[in-house]
Amino acid sequence: MNIVVLVKQVPDSGSERKLDPSDNTVARATADNVINEMDEYAIEEALTVKEAQGGEVTVLTVGPDTATDAIRKALSMGADKAVHVSDPAIHGSCAVQTSAVIAAALSQLEYDLVLCGAESTDGQVSVMPALLSERLGIPQLSGARKLTIEGSMAKIERQTDGGYWEVEAPLPAIVSTWDTINEPRYPSFKGIMAAKKKPVETKTLADLGIDASTVGLATATSKVVDFAGRPPKGEGVKVADEGDGADKLVGYLAAQKIV
Amino acid sequence: MLDYRLDEETEALRKVVREFAVEVIAPQIGGFYERDEFPTDIVRQMGELGLFGLPFPEEYGGSGGDYFTLCVALEELARVDSSVAITLEAGVSLGAMPIFRFGTEEQKHQWLPRLCAGEALGAFGLTEAGGGSDAGATKTTARLEDGEWVINGSKAFITNSGTEITDLVIVTAVTGTKADGGKEISAIIVPSGTPGFAVGKRYAKVGWNASDTRELSFSDCRVPAENLVGERGRGYAQFLSILDEGRIAISALAVGLAQGCVDESVKYAGEREAFGQPIGRNQAVQFMIADMEVRASTARLAYYRAAEKMLRGEPFKREASIAKLYSSEMAMENARYATQVHGGYGFMTEFPVGRFYRDAKILEIGEGTSEVQRMLIARSLGLG
Repeated sequence: MNIVVLVKQVPDSGSERKLDPSDNTVARATADNVINEMDEYAIEEALTVKEAQGGEVTVLTVGPDTATDAIRKALSMGADKAVHVSDPAIHGSCAVQTSAVIAAALSQLEYDLVLCGAESTDGQVSVMPALLSERLGIPQLSGARKLTIEGSMAKIERQTDGGYWEVEAPLPAIVSTWDTINEPRYPSFKGIMAAKKKPVETKTLADLGIDASTVGLATATSKVVDFAGRPPKGEGVKVADEGDGADKLVGYLAAQKIV
Repeated sequence: MLDYRLDEETEALRKVVREFAVEVIAPQIGGFYERDEFPTDIVRQMGELGLFGLPFPEEYGGSGGDYFTLCVALEELARVDSSVAITLEAGVSLGAMPIFRFGTEEQKHQWLPRLCAGEALGAFGLTEAGGGSDAGATKTTARLEDGEWVINGSKAFITNSGTEITDLVIVTAVTGTKADGGKEISAIIVPSGTPGFAVGKRYAKVGWNASDTRELSFSDCRVPAENLVGERGRGYAQFLSILDEGRIAISALAVGLAQGCVDESVKYAGEREAFGQPIGRNQAVQFMIADMEVRASTARLAYYRAAEKMLRGEPFKREASIAKLYSSEMAMENARYATQVHGGYGFMTEFPVGRFYRDAKILEIGEGTSEVQRMLIARSLGLG
């Protein structure tokens, strides 16, 4: 079983994140960059499948040179090798353009299963499985809270607000995972030491046969036009209890349509 | 050439241990501490991270790092909690290290894999009720009889000796009289559960409450003659030779505690409001925290320096004493100031600084008191 995990490096959602005012793209250079949280679940799931069925786990990432940190973490968790697509022309690409890059990179790899996180904490567009499914002509099983591989079929429990759907598709397929699917392992020190000896192949757009003018901010299908900081918190409402405090509180909550 | 940056792998380890400490240890350790309970499951997970095997080679199940990587891990653990940090420190430095350094190939293959994996813990029984650093006061005896050591006596304050995963205790005992009339002291492995080996109940301690510390007693306890660790009569000398590196580890632990004091104080000073503004706006509070950061940073350099000399193979005894002395005393000071920054809440056990305050004191005592360190430093300067 050849598994490819799509991994993205994002600014840490736990610290302050900024847009770069010069072109309204995510300010990655000054951010505290980490592996996208949801992708760690996809990596863990890939390792679990590999441990049960054998095979190889390849990490694929599109991002600037600093994304090697995210690759290193995935490798130290136990992935076998990595492909890093890095090209300055990709900067500012929209999801549609990025999917063309990822699809081209995937086409140069052998895969039975492609795993990715259900969303990234920076863009939160959550369309990559669908875009790749269309471009590669393989089924997508999105939003898994459970994955089972049976022979040549992938079965998932697709998480919904009210419960879950059981969905299945023949391999090769692309599966995206939520954080309910497993508990990602911490890299062990042996894993960290082993990661530095694992192969990381760096590819440019030229290596993938992609015309640089078809990607990047200039031709993106969507872009951030303007942005503003979150307004400061308002004063709030003070309820003075004159024997009717509870009524006032309930009244306020009802007015806000909370109860 | 001077370079105190961590290399990529050590930095990656530091980050993983930090994450683990914040995500796994921090939310639940307070409960273990209050219940005086050993966190077996946390220790098992630390084993999965490879922490117990850090300074040992892979052929014995180790992680293939070095003693400095262990210190970095200890620092990050102690930044959140000292009980788990001392469990790791004692498990590695006192439980596994003597077997790795002085044991036979057979002993290493028999005991180290489980110790390195964190599936089992080892303890070192040196101290007795009658004396700590004074080896001559050892009263526990072991006599060779029919191919077996017969051990009698008792040990005090032994870390990791009575957990449900403790596999063995290495016991120092008087095995005869030396040519000069002094006591011949040897180290012997006693597996847990050996008849005649009784583990007492946990001490009620001021700090390190989630770590396991017990009194041990031996009454005609018999183990095979081949359980001797290293040379007969060298038991205490062997211990002294691993004591210096243990001081670097304690220093790392102290730096972690001191840094944890800074973390908690910065957080609290930014959140707690008094007279209409966060208390961190007050210069008196700022200065206390700034001084705490200065002490933690300086002490870190001291243990880095000692570890660097040790890894180079240079004499590092004095540097280890300097690091241990300075960092343990400044950890105590940081704990005191961090509690002060927290005001009344600092006196509540539910706040981490309350735990830090209780955990700091032992650092000035264990692995050589501050007085012993000062004596060694003075001696290294040609005094006395």
